[in-house]
Amino acid sequence: MTMIASPSRREFLVNLKALGGLVLVASVSDLVKAEEKYGADGMPHGWSDNPLIFVAIGGDGTVTIVVHRSEMGQGVRTGMPLIVADELEADWSRVRVTQAPADEEKYGNQDTDGSRSTRHFFEPMRRCGAAARTMLEQAAAQVWNVPVAQVHAANHAVIHAASGRKLDYGALAQRAAKLPVPARDSLRLKSPAQFLYIGKGETPLADGWDIATGKAQYGIDSVADGMLFAVIARSPTLGGKIASVDSTEAEKIPGVVKVMRLQANAQKATFQPLAGVGVIASDTWVAIKGRNALKIQWDEGPNGSYDSSSYRAELEHAARQPGKVLRSSGDFDGALSKASRKIQAEYYLPHIAHATMEPPAALARIVDGRCEVWAPTQAPQVTREDVALHLGISPENVTVHVTLLGGGFGRKSKPDFAIEAALLSREMGGKPVKVVWTREDDLHHDFFHTVSVEHLEAGLDAQGKVVAWMHRSVAPSIAATFGPDPKHEAPFEVGMGLINLPYKIDNLRIENPEATSHTRVGWFRSVSNIPHAFAVQSFIAELAAAANRDHRDFLLELLGPQRLIDPTAMGDSWNHGESPKRYPVDTARLRRVIEVATREARWGRKMPKGSGLGLAAHYSFVSYTAAVVEVTVNEKGEIEIPSVDVAFDCGPQVNPERVRSQLEGAVIMGLSLALTGEITFRRGHVQQDNFNSYRVMRMNEAPRDIRVHLLPTSDWSIPLGGAGEPGVPPIAPALCNAIFAASGKRIRQIPIKDQLRRV
Amino acid sequence: MDLLINGKTFQLSAGGDTPLLWVLRDHLGMTGTKFGCGMALCGACTVHVDGKAIRACVVSVSSLAGKKITTIEGIGETAPGEALQQAWVALNVPQCGYCQAGQIMSAAALLASSSQPTDLDIDAAMAGNICRCGTYPRIRAAIKRAALRMPKLDLVEGAK
Repeated sequence: MTMIASPSRREFLVNLKALGGLVLVASVSDLVKAEEKYGADGMPHGWSDNPLIFVAIGGDGTVTIVVHRSEMGQGVRTGMPLIVADELEADWSRVRVTQAPADEEKYGNQDTDGSRSTRHFFEPMRRCGAAARTMLEQAAAQVWNVPVAQVHAANHAVIHAASGRKLDYGALAQRAAKLPVPARDSLRLKSPAQFLYIGKGETPLADGWDIATGKAQYGIDSVADGMLFAVIARSPTLGGKIASVDSTEAEKIPGVVKVMRLQANAQKATFQPLAGVGVIASDTWVAIKGRNALKIQWDEGPNGSYDSSSYRAELEHAARQPGKVLRSSGDFDGALSKASRKIQAEYYLPHIAHATMEPPAALARIVDGRCEVWAPTQAPQVTREDVALHLGISPENVTVHVTLLGGGFGRKSKPDFAIEAALLSREMGGKPVKVVWTREDDLHHDFFHTVSVEHLEAGLDAQGKVVAWMHRSVAPSIAATFGPDPKHEAPFEVGMGLINLPYKIDNLRIENPEATSHTRVGWFRSVSNIPHAFAVQSFIAELAAAANRDHRDFLLELLGPQRLIDPTAMGDSWNHGESPKRYPVDTARLRRVIEVATREARWGRKMPKGSGLGLAAHYSFVSYTAAVVEVTVNEKGEIEIPSVDVAFDCGPQVNPERVRSQLEGAVIMGLSLALTGEITFRRGHVQQDNFNSYRVMRMNEAPRDIRVHLLPTSDWSIPLGGAGEPGVPPIAPALCNAIFAASGKRIRQIPIKDQLRRV
Repeated sequence: MDLLINGKTFQLSAGGDTPLLWVLRDHLGMTGTKFGCGMALCGACTVHVDGKAIRACVVSVSSLAGKKITTIEGIGETAPGEALQQAWVALNVPQCGYCQAGQIMSAAALLASSSQPTDLDIDAAMAGNICRCGTYPRIRAAIKRAALRMPKLDLVEGAK
């Protein structure tokens, strides 16, 4: 039984601590509180900057750089190595990139989430490259028998200027590798003016050509000799069990090799597989046919009655009563009672599914008690440890090969699919088994984005100034996936745009009434920032309209004077895991992105009838984003989105080209969830099956013109911000604010679907 | 039966009802063609049959005897395919890249029939290919770039 008890603890420590779930569980809170560490220091297994681990140089001078984070489209396999290559003075055309397997003790933390790979590893990777360069310089100095100060590295060679001698890195590699790694404080890092690749955005994608020619290998493409193929029929509900299985017909299908049961610990979700019936076959198609022929009765358990419409009513009820007070300043009730106008609004945002284009898939085999897994995982080490735990072997006996990820967005931080492959392989005596999820599996059994009701009330004085503000947020917590349901949003969830409201409002109260979780809730790109930003940014626009003010002017006025806000002063103990001193909330930076986005979108211009511009801004992942969406609503209520302007400040950008692409993608994802993104439950079952009922944005619906305005900085002393997620939160409210400007219709419920349709 | 794929003949070992997608991926090891939905809704599995873009996840191999199948592994041998692949790299189109093989196959069929497609032509040809990362603006730009740079052969396709 200890085998079952320990995964939750490990997951608590690794996953929730990483996300700042500091006081989630009384039994571990003291332990976690003891370490006040921030950034990469605060992550499990921290960081490494050891060049002997990350860099190898061949006799021909080929430099191989190890990437220990997972590539899911954010560009980490280009961005991380270019940092090393820059300090190393390597010629990028002679650099090869290789992917690290799961091994955090060796590489440092590998969780690829929270928009933090670059900001946590920029400095370690610079030191790593600088140390390798120093070792090559020392090796050359030894060869020539000159002081090391007389040599310098440039363009893949070390040069002795005085004598005109030059040695290629390939000629120095063996000797350099035998030298001790220089001490950190002895390293000479480049000045930004010397950067070759950092900040330039001119480095070709590491996998660009392989992707364009179909050679790139994703998890679902993994192969092994003698491999079998499997699909699994999973419990439609969290906590459901198999009541009975009749596999007679399935087993008659030629090519079906085996039908097996997977049990689940019903008490909590964790990352474990759901209960299910696996069909192992000679190819994926046969496995699917076999699964279709199964007759399964489920005991659906307590979540078998989960229903989205009645649950929404529950959340609304909770949102209309007082709840746990998270933050309070001034006297909200008193100020509201004296206000000239009282405004209130309630917003609803449903569950959404990640729908990565590559559905979850993994290959596993077991040979001589050692398991090998190939998986598109955002959490390599967690995958390794969880596979080990479920097989009852030690993590040292599990190798996780990290493939390319065909999309991640948080779904692939949860390695249930890799555990499934390992369990099925064990059932087959260790033969390689590849588990593939169909799209229906993916939509039915996701770790869904939370669902929420956001209730806001405000008072305006006679001049239209906000004098009172109250925000109640009600949503099931991700923490319920890992342990007893806390019924309240965890620190890392309230720290995503709820408690850390950076506006200048004297009388303020923020509350979080209880909500109970009934399904697997998990991280979805930008997480709780989505509902919080939607509510706050929509409500500010509503207040501006009520005050008959220009939305931008009203927003900037509400932001107040330029100031650095200590997140802890707002009750935010999390701050995206970063030091509140190093990363205060800078209202000047938020102001600047609002100014740039509105200027570039030509805010204030006269729009034709049926067209409008909408604005929203949000601080998340220690970065600042503002968006202006242009929309047209025709007489039938059909929406077109010709253009979007996004202004973004994440501090200095290591690879501006990929930052830009992340923002472009975030616009599409934000619009997509605003227009059509919704997962609903009825009698415990997800109602959407595939891309016909769970619609995502297509090319003909996407804005033709997405203009990303990166705020330039040449000051590399500004700490780096995240880039993968912060583009998403302002998009949905900016769209709905634009719809209001275009049509006078206020959208308070996501997705928009046909709310604007006029029959 | 035999299948003619990218100019080579392959002997089929799977059942005739098996969709081409799974024959390519599971039996022939040609994993460039991707699985995304199984219902011709996302375009990740797009290949060409006799030059037309089709979704390999819903076409049984039994219907493909004697037909010329082209996949992402072979499209670079054609002028549109090569031009598109180069444009994709030049504009850094991919993010995760998973859907891009299908995108290129749909775009190649478009360019084969329409050498200078309009935005509406592009919308019509590409609406069946989902990119969850949101690379649509770059896909559009890359198609236009490839169209401009494609070798101008005998463009006697006045029919279009």
